[in-house]
Amino acid sequence: MDTSRSPLEATGFSRKLAATIIIVYMIVTLIPITWMVATSFKSVDSAISYPPEVFFEPSLEGYVNLFTNRSRQPKDYLDSLPPPDTWYEELVRSREMVITGPSKFLPRYSNSLIIGFGATFFSVFLGSLAAYALSRFKVPLKDDLLFFILSTRMFPPIAVAVPIFIMYRKLGLGDTHVGMIILYTVVNLSLSVWLLKGFMDEIPREYEEAAMIDGYSRMQAFFKVVLPQATTGIAATAIFCMIFSWNEYAFAVLLTQFNAQTAPPFIPTIIGEGGLDWPAIGAGTTLFLIPVMIFTVVLRKHLLRGITFGAVRK
Amino acid sequence: MAEIEIKNLHKSFGDFVAVKNSNLIIENKEFFVLLGPSGCGKTTTLRMIAGLELPTSGNIYLDKEDVGYLRASQRDIAFVFQLFALYPHMNVRNNLAFPLKMQKLSRSEVDAKVLEAAKLLRIDHLLKSKVSSLAGGDRQRVALGRALVRRPKAFLMDEPLGTLDAEFRELMCLELRKLHDDIDATTVYVTHDQQEAMSMADRIAVMNEGVVLQADSPKVIYNKPKTKFVANFIGSPGMNFIPINEKISPSQSSIKLLDSSLNIPEQKEGTDSNENFLGVRPENLKLVSENGVKGNVFGVEYLGSRKILTIETQLGNIKIRVDSDTQVNINEQIQFDTLNNNQIIFDGSNDKALQSEFIS
Repeated sequence: MDTSRSPLEATGFSRKLAATIIIVYMIVTLIPITWMVATSFKSVDSAISYPPEVFFEPSLEGYVNLFTNRSRQPKDYLDSLPPPDTWYEELVRSREMVITGPSKFLPRYSNSLIIGFGATFFSVFLGSLAAYALSRFKVPLKDDLLFFILSTRMFPPIAVAVPIFIMYRKLGLGDTHVGMIILYTVVNLSLSVWLLKGFMDEIPREYEEAAMIDGYSRMQAFFKVVLPQATTGIAATAIFCMIFSWNEYAFAVLLTQFNAQTAPPFIPTIIGEGGLDWPAIGAGTTLFLIPVMIFTVVLRKHLLRGITFGAVRK
Repeated sequence: MAEIEIKNLHKSFGDFVAVKNSNLIIENKEFFVLLGPSGCGKTTTLRMIAGLELPTSGNIYLDKEDVGYLRASQRDIAFVFQLFALYPHMNVRNNLAFPLKMQKLSRSEVDAKVLEAAKLLRIDHLLKSKVSSLAGGDRQRVALGRALVRRPKAFLMDEPLGTLDAEFRELMCLELRKLHDDIDATTVYVTHDQQEAMSMADRIAVMNEGVVLQADSPKVIYNKPKTKFVANFIGSPGMNFIPINEKISPSQSSIKLLDSSLNIPEQKEGTDSNENFLGVRPENLKLVSENGVKGNVFGVEYLGSRKILTIETQLGNIKIRVDSDTQVNINEQIQFDTLNNNQIIFDGSNDKALQSEFIS
């Protein structure tokens, strides 16, 4: 019998099984994303060709179409124009069109960034204050309060769409950045309070007590000693909040139109403009993926620690 | 440094009374230990001195100033926690500098004070290290450094050696005491470990169930305990209590024990109760060949320099300390007698020691 290996270590077979399951899962989840990214670099024709092209000549047509508004022109008009200045104008001309201006993608995208990061910041900030209070102080009816906070998550947020729609119209918050940030913050708060309270409970009180004895007020102790130790929890919570606010579609459709419209309700409207422009949609969704991806990768090491936090006493 | 006075200090958490009307005076430059079993209120008392808990009633004077209801940050004291509470996101230098940053000192002053404290504790080579990379003893030193860097009026320590291993604990006991003397500190130290208390303290206050039972020097606490609880809690094993069924009157100097009579120190107080106790330490008993109290050896514990015998007698189980080379077997019939006149009579009605020639 081989006794060189610890009995707690996995055997060769179970390792292989685990690896196989992970690889299959990866293929299932990554194929649609790969296809989407590939489509964004195809030309309109190759995107809809049958059988589908796995190998193709890359083109930036999708991205050009995403960022511009174009109009189709007769051939003799196009010939009368001076030669195109830029590569993207040339690309558009070759499709017998001219660029009439920038599309709304960039403003919609920046709306998404402002609202997404804004809501994430406030959810985490307010959530950590509430979580700290619930973790440390005698709050009257604490358990009921915590349950109430959780209960706001028990129905789908869209269930209250109609009252919120009416409320926002009366308050003048419809189609504003502030309105959307408030809405997403509120939806996320229950999650962030609960997650962060768990993390705050794990931080020994001695740290802030030491700081208070060292001459700091409780608020200073919270910011200088407690918060830095809750970074793990804050990172994990921020990712969850960010993913929700970034992806949210239903409220965005309902409450925003021009000024504060985010990317999720905007991207499908690309479909309507002059036929099914799959490369442009692919480009829009690919760009839409990037910020959350970067955000998650940056906070990844905290997230991993966050999931295992408290499992083993430090 | 300063004197600390506690007057009628009372603390309750709902129905639970943690500290009952306690009075203590901790002298300037004194190493004062609060000793007691867990839940006796010693840590609560310390936390009230620190300002981490507010008293239900009563006063705490630090240097004659009433600080009982002030915030911790306004009291100018330092606290060393059992788990050190070093800030894990800062290196050693920043941990030491943290209390100074609140004092609006210039950067060079802060650096100088940090270095001075670090040198005193011999951790100056560790200043740039991460706290998490330190060994237990060095963490302990950093925690002490953070306490003394500000030169506060008093040091409060809550079982600071509790997490160290035994060998290191003895070393730190010596170091702590030396440090205390070197910087002329006033220290209040909480522990449940009587050896720590005995070896370091100028005075020990023994607490139980929220009450300060006795505050005296280690020698007095050990030899002349004022209550049965103190007598039993201090010493390992604790004092033997032999029930005596007679009323004690002042100037009495012997008692009846089974069939014989036993000399005791001349009593200065009497009792109303007929059920009292004779207290005698295991080392104040000896084995004899005749005329002693007869008993059966129930257990023998070998402890290197000594043996502890547990003897089953008609008076109950009695513990005796003998030399480690004494040959005794389990179930052997033996006799024992008192070695000297250091017995204490405890009043059965209130468990208090009676005053006598020996104890006053």
